[in-house]
Amino acid sequence: MKSAVITFPGSNCDRDLAVAIERVTGHAPIRLWHGEQSLPEGLDLIGVPGGFSYGDYLRSGAMAARSPVIGAVVEAAQRGVAVLGICNGFQILTEAGLLPGALMRNAGIRFVCRTVALKVENAESRFTSLYEAGETIRIPVAHHDGNYFADDATLDRIEGEGQVAFRYAEPVNGSARDIAGVLNANGNVLGMMPHPERVVEAQHGNTDGARMFEALARSVLERA
Amino acid sequence: MKARIHVTLKDGVLDPQGRAIHHALEGLGFDGVQDVRAGRLIELSLADGTSDEAIDAMCRKLLANMVIENYRIEKVA
Repeated sequence: MKSAVITFPGSNCDRDLAVAIERVTGHAPIRLWHGEQSLPEGLDLIGVPGGFSYGDYLRSGAMAARSPVIGAVVEAAQRGVAVLGICNGFQILTEAGLLPGALMRNAGIRFVCRTVALKVENAESRFTSLYEAGETIRIPVAHHDGNYFADDATLDRIEGEGQVAFRYAEPVNGSARDIAGVLNANGNVLGMMPHPERVVEAQHGNTDGARMFEALARSVLERA
Repeated sequence: MKARIHVTLKDGVLDPQGRAIHHALEGLGFDGVQDVRAGRLIELSLADGTSDEAIDAMCRKLLANMVIENYRIEKVA
């Protein structure tokens, strides 16, 4: 699997994501700086990591979403390349228009940093095919702006199309309909607030995140 | 020439920050505050002749997130 992980000024989960991808799939991602105008040829996966790009100025993810590399990411996503945005990466992908909705300040105002239970809603996507539909998994969150918002018509549409990948199984941040992760209409772009890259080894406490990277690697083999 | 861009949350979008400010005002003993909505003011210093269309495009492309926010452009001499 050929992958890339993008680093923005203020990203802080880029290394964790790169390490997780390498440990699980055996292939080290290419590390890309946000100023790149183009992407390497033949990518199977682009990782947009967590952190606080541009210090969350204006809105979380707003500045990063207008950086040069994102134009190339949007174009790659339209060609069907898998794009995974985690935490700040999810915020960036919504700001870039690759995913519906927006992420607002947590309803309880406070930063939330703990492992939470998630219900897998869509186990058909190339990100989630190694989970069982309805399964509960445990993945850490660490965010201030994770309160998912979209208007009712958009929420009805994405629920109807199976675009809700994960739902919180406990109160976390006030997200509309407890949505924790969203797919685009084609199923090749996933944004999620929880951090699967933080639970890929036994020493992390559980390995529920590893199956996402395994599923992605497997989907590449199946497509080859 | 200057333009002030007032960015506010759309009706129906919950505003946790506004709610916290409201709560703090009550804590200070100010009665009669019925609701608080927090927004953002962005002041642009612009070259003379910058078109209204250009200012509008700035708002739509970056300054406001149209999923959750509205904006109002106030031109200042």
